[in-house]
Formats: sequence, structure tokens, C-alpha cells
Amino acid sequence: MSENVYIIGAGIHPFGRTDGRSGREQGVHAVREALGDAGLEWPDIECAYGGSAAAGNADIMVNELGLTSLPFTNVANGCATGGSALAASQQAIASGMYDLALAVGFDKHPRGAFNAKPADYGLPEWYGQTGMMLTTQFFALKIQRYMQLHGISRTTLGRVAEKAFRNGTITPHAWRRSPVDLDTIMNAPMINDPLTKYMFCSPAEGAVALILASEKKMRELGADGVKIRAVSVKTRPPNSFEVFQAGISIEEGGKPTVLASKAAFEKAGVGPEDISVAQLQDTESGAEIMHMAENGFCKDGDQEEWLANGWTEIGGKLPVNTDGGCLACGEPVGASGLRQIYENVAQLRQRAGERQVPGKPRFGYSHVYGAPGLSGVAILERE
Amino acid sequence: MGQKIDPNLWSDGPEPHLMGGKLPSGEVVFPMPVGDAAEGVEPYKLSRRGKLWSWTSQGFLPKEPYEGPGSGPGEGPPDFQPFLLGYVELPGEVIVESRIVDARLEDLHLGMELEFCIVPFNMTHDTFAFRPVAAIESKAA
Repeated sequence: MSENVYIIGAGIHPFGRTDGRSGREQGVHAVREALGDAGLEWPDIECAYGGSAAAGNADIMVNELGLTSLPFTNVANGCATGGSALAASQQAIASGMYDLALAVGFDKHPRGAFNAKPADYGLPEWYGQTGMMLTTQFFALKIQRYMQLHGISRTTLGRVAEKAFRNGTITPHAWRRSPVDLDTIMNAPMINDPLTKYMFCSPAEGAVALILASEKKMRELGADGVKIRAVSVKTRPPNSFEVFQAGISIEEGGKPTVLASKAAFEKAGVGPEDISVAQLQDTESGAEIMHMAENGFCKDGDQEEWLANGWTEIGGKLPVNTDGGCLACGEPVGASGLRQIYENVAQLRQRAGERQVPGKPRFGYSHVYGAPGLSGVAILERE
Repeated sequence: MGQKIDPNLWSDGPEPHLMGGKLPSGEVVFPMPVGDAAEGVEPYKLSRRGKLWSWTSQGFLPKEPYEGPGSGPGEGPPDFQPFLLGYVELPGEVIVESRIVDARLEDLHLGMELEFCIVPFNMTHDTFAFRPVAAIESKAA
């Protein structure tokens, strides 16, 4: 029987661009904020897991935080870096070995679309040389087909972005804090058809830190904890369609998001109808639409009605990406997955200010997706 | 004709074929695996005809390792030539990612009949693409 695990502290460095401050320094800022939130000091932390995709190792943060000799494990798991750091720290406590753990993710990317090296993904050089190794193309190709098969309109893509920027205006940690109207989104330069400039997130900077505790420690501290009901990270099954694939099987395969979602719901013993607030990977507008269905919140094609009726707005039946998601916060790869958890912790503690979902949210759901085809889902509960 | 962007990517001859691989299970994959992953995989000439599975446009200059127009020394975004690309389902074989040429974005649709072709890529190299079958027939007329 494993121990219950709680998040008792959450800290964030605002996302966006912070010239003159390294990614790791932003990470240190987030750790200090999380410690303050939990009412702890750095020497209280017993073990730590963290990393970035492009801003260096996490473990040398001890230079700034203090040389307490704690075991600090670097996590380098691409788009799942934050999710894997959370999973590892959760396991460290669930196993009974530790009572207080840190999960931290940070990043700082150059401007413009991500560029990847074919060899790092087991692909031939021509794939990159001829201009096919772009994550933005994958998302456009996936939503283009999905729109044709399930009757999703371009306006619905625009509505997702409009909602993200609207939520960003009331989120202190968001990067994009000004609203963008639907016409502007729809008529902006086309990046990869059907996705315009405003429908894509941009590589950015930022950091998030979470303090995890055993139930015993949480009670001892009298801390304001949110329970981790389930964490599930899944890599791709056979015949799936993922980012960076020169060839796809003609047999339709499974999806890592569907696998991670089902496993998390099963572990938590709840279903999509129980979720009060959700943070879904929105690398671009189409991703949020497809991920609504892949995570079990609606049927393929129903998103058209959902968006037209505002059901994913704050105050709707399932608020999605209440802090503006990746579209408004940008994408620091190592921090994005933990930002979703940060946002759910804020919502479940009812400390989300202007963007607080109404009522008393009980279950928060988060979903991260990335290359080369992996998904992480976490379900949190306010007891 | 320029050099092939990859010497083993398509077969030579008047009717070139994109090269895939046939696994011991019979499954056809693209591209042909290399190194240890190629063990037991037979090079396989893929069909020259297929149907459009999805598509998009590339509207901005990709970063490295892109080597097309706009990527050279002293070149930049104004030198970039936007292009179309998509996935083409080769019946009974595999779905391949490819450039789409001789077509307009607004004409592309699911299931559109396409045929394999070789096109100039940059000053020195050729690459592969698919183009609408109708475009080939109208050129011949």
C-alpha cells in the first residue's frame, strides 16, 4: 500500500521573456516561492527532481539554494521533463522513503519555432534538410485531417485562441496579457494551414516548482495540501501518429494521450464527468480541440458545439486552460507540464483570483503531450 | 538534374520509386531503416500512386538543418519559397510524408489522387514530391 501524496507548496516564475535572468535562476525563484507557500526552508527538503530541455541541469541550483547534501536528480525527458519530475517525486514519497520532495522545471528557449536535429530522433538527415522536421507542421497536419473527418470549422480554431488570450489577461504569470479578437486571429498570417500566427504558442521562458509531502508531514505542518489522486505517463503505442514521423502505418493505432488518460482515470477511480477544471496541452488551437476528445471529455466533432457555447470558458461546464495555457503563457518545455499542475493547485485551493472557476472545484485534470509521442496526465483532488 | 538529397531515398531510372522497407512481418515502412534496425528488412519500391491523407503549407523559413532557398549564406526570409506538404497514403503499403507540388492549397482535399515525382530542391540537390494526377494529365495534353 503506497502513501498518499500531497502538493503543499507551489511557486512560479512568470512565463514569457525575462532578459538577464537565466532559466535556472528562474527555477530558483520558483523554488523559493514554493518553499514560502509551504512554510518551509530549503534544508527541510529531503530529495529533489528537476530539469529543463534547453537551459541546463537542475542539480546545480544547490549553489543558490544551499548545500544541504540532498539527493538531486536531473530529469532530461524532453517535453515530459516536468511530468517526469512530478512522477519521480510522487513515487519517492509514495514509497515511504521520503516525506518532503521538490519537483522543479524551468526553461529558456531562443525565439522562433523549435528546431530539432534529425539524428536525435532517429531520423535521416534529408528529413531536416528538406524542411519537414517542424513540430508546427505535425500539429497542422493532424488537425487538418481531424477537421475534415469530424467537421471542425476554422472559426472553432479561432475561438480556442481567443479564449486563451482572454484568460491570459487575468493571469499574473501569463506572457500574453492583452486580448486578441476573433477577426484578428482568423486574418493573421498563416503559419501552417489551417493555423494562423495567433493559433500557435511560442517557445518562451519560465519556471515552476512544487513541494510534495506525505500525508503525515502535511498534517504535522498544518499545510494547505492538494492530493495527487493519479499520475500517468505513457509513451506511444504501435502504429500511432506522432510528431516527427516520415512514415505512418496504414493500420490506425492507439494514442499515448488516450492511454495516459484512461490509466489516470482508472487509478483515480473517477471519470471525465467528475472533473471541475482541466489544463490540456494546447501547443496550438487544434491540439486543445483534439485533446478534449482524446482525454475523454467529449466525442470527436462535439468540440464545434462546445466552443460555440462557451462550455470551456471559466464559468462553463468544463473550464479548459484557465490561465491561457501554452497559447497565452508560451512554451518553456521543461516548465509547461508543471505550470498546468500549478494552475490546478491554485484553482483547487480557490486562490486563482480573477480567473477562479466558480463553485468548489474538487478534481483538477492536467495533460501534457510532446515529442516523440508521449503524454502525461495528473488528477488532483481537493479533499 | 541535381544530386539526390539522399542517395538511397528513391530508385534510379525513368520511373523512380520512393524506397521503403519490408519487415519480416510483411509490414511496409518508410523510410528504409538503417544500421541495426535494417536487419531482416528488405528494400521495397513503394507505389508511385497514392491518395492525399492530410496536408498543410509551410509559410515561414525553417531553421537549421533546413537547406532550401533562404537558408544559404547572406539569404533570409525574403528568399524563402513557401511550399505545400502532406501525407500520402500508398494503398496497402504505408502513409508517407512528402512535399506536394503543382497544386494550390485550396484545391487539396482528402483522397485526392497523387503521383510520385522528383523536383529541384536547391541549387545543388533534388528531392521527392507528389503531385496531383490531374496536373500530370493536363501537362501531357
